[in-house]
Amino acid sequence: MRLGANLVIGGALFALAIFVGLLAPWLAHTDPVMDANLLNAEEPPSWIWWFGTDAQGRDIYSRVVHGARISLTVGIVSQLVNSVIGVTLGLTAGYWGGWWDDFVNGLTNLMLAIPSLIFALAIMAVLGPGLTSLLIALGLTNWSFTCRIARASTLSLKSQGYVQAAKVLGYGDLRIMITQLLPNMVGPIIVIGTLGMGGAILAEAALSFLGLGVRPPYPSWGSMLSEARDQITTAPWLSIFPGLAIFLTVLGLNLLGDGLRDVLDPQSRSRRT
Amino acid sequence: MTGPPLLEVEDLRIDLNYRSSQVAAVEGVSFRIDRGETFGLVGESGCGKSITALALIGLLRQPLSIGAGAIRFDGREIQSLSAAEQRALRGNRIAMIFQEPMTALNPVSPVGRQIAEMFVLHQGKDWREANRLAVEALASVRVPAPERRVKDYPHQLSGGMRQRVMIAIALACGPDLLIADEPTTALDVTVQAEIIELMRNLCAERGTAILMISHDLGLVANVCRRVAVMYAGRIVEERGSDDIFRASAHPYTQGLVDSLPRLGSRAALGRTRLTEIAGVVPAITDFPDGCRFNPRCARATDVCRTTEPATTLLGAGGLVRCHHHA
Repeated sequence: MRLGANLVIGGALFALAIFVGLLAPWLAHTDPVMDANLLNAEEPPSWIWWFGTDAQGRDIYSRVVHGARISLTVGIVSQLVNSVIGVTLGLTAGYWGGWWDDFVNGLTNLMLAIPSLIFALAIMAVLGPGLTSLLIALGLTNWSFTCRIARASTLSLKSQGYVQAAKVLGYGDLRIMITQLLPNMVGPIIVIGTLGMGGAILAEAALSFLGLGVRPPYPSWGSMLSEARDQITTAPWLSIFPGLAIFLTVLGLNLLGDGLRDVLDPQSRSRRT
Repeated sequence: MTGPPLLEVEDLRIDLNYRSSQVAAVEGVSFRIDRGETFGLVGESGCGKSITALALIGLLRQPLSIGAGAIRFDGREIQSLSAAEQRALRGNRIAMIFQEPMTALNPVSPVGRQIAEMFVLHQGKDWREANRLAVEALASVRVPAPERRVKDYPHQLSGGMRQRVMIAIALACGPDLLIADEPTTALDVTVQAEIIELMRNLCAERGTAILMISHDLGLVANVCRRVAVMYAGRIVEERGSDDIFRASAHPYTQGLVDSLPRLGSRAALGRTRLTEIAGVVPAITDFPDGCRFNPRCARATDVCRTTEPATTLLGAGGLVRCHHHA
């Protein structure tokens, strides 16, 4: 069935990543941090070392498996925070208009003007490195696109007959936003959200590379990529496998977003049946 | 009938605030609707009938605002109510159905849920009870297999079915007044008749008064006991719906009646041209002095061009605003 293709492939990839993250201690062959052995340094992939080993002789497979935990946590939690902030600001700004709209617009423009990575860096500098500050920094810096989309959707939905009708039927502002506006903009918000998750996973990589994210020796896909940079010609497996993990997860998220949008929009659903 | 009328509009003026100037889009409009009565408001596009309806439910927004006059619902002045009190009236005691049943329903919500929402919102029912009542409401507007249809989305229903759902939503809380703004304009003629019949029967059963707004004089006269004709923001004539065809007093109303094609007239009178009202409706910023109909009126004299006609009472509760009424 046409309907399922995106949803099934994307859902499977994302579910696989979640599954790997949840079961990491059982799936991993070795401890990702402690089992360093310089005798096994930079082994290429083999039956023993599925994804090869790094310069300290740590098993890349085990590190990729454990990295899923950190990368997915960062991606999901920070994008959730972004979506909540962006939708709340955009929806209320578009609906109420006036000075609040001006204020939110100004704030959004400000956020778009400052490179979000630099802003996240500044927040990290204040909060100090670590997973929690990473989540806060990424959660606070990437809501502007969601906000724009939510505001634009609200503006176009606001003049729809059913929103006007809801007012006539005695709905309060909050009820109109939750029952009439939010469900009608869920498609684009989810698509932006899945893209943003991928973006957050990449941003985590960049911050980890700069020493402000997840600190070595703990593995995240981003920090593994960063560490592998120097050996990309001599030991390409160091970058290929974490890179592949990021690629498949982000691809899965995007397919999932498309698939979900098709399901959540009842009009496109009935066109297919 | 004793006690205050259900709805009383007194000398209503609605201003259009454009840049720093103000124009009265609706002026001197007064009418009353008793409990269970059917009242029609007729006029061409832009004569102010729809914004009058919006004013009644307290939903005029800039650039429109109420400039003067009073709207009393059940003896209480709408403008003096708080926003929350107005909201409690809307949908609960005053309901409205719209011209476009397609766009008036939320596309991402099953219709049953949209009906049930009214019971939750205005009567504080829990969802289980509200869903049960929604099936009943859908059955009462003669939607077949209502227990299955409640799960349908609006796009799965035909235009007539959607308008039935709208009526079910509007009548869910047993309102005292139903405002129907061009309720059948977007529907086929055969479906039109069914919907009108349904609306009239349901309202008669429940004692709901109807304020019907339309450009279709024939339709309104058919549904309503009394009819008011609006022209350029004023009510020019108000009559019982029988009188309006037999003995319309205002030249504009006569023009409207004459411009309706009549079945069998060719056999009686031979091939004749339909009568029309010469000229066009004046722009809102450019209303003429005196009587607003004077540039298009065959009876116009000097007094019409200078002096605004006062309201003249006719027999049987009718009234007209014309210097030279019939």
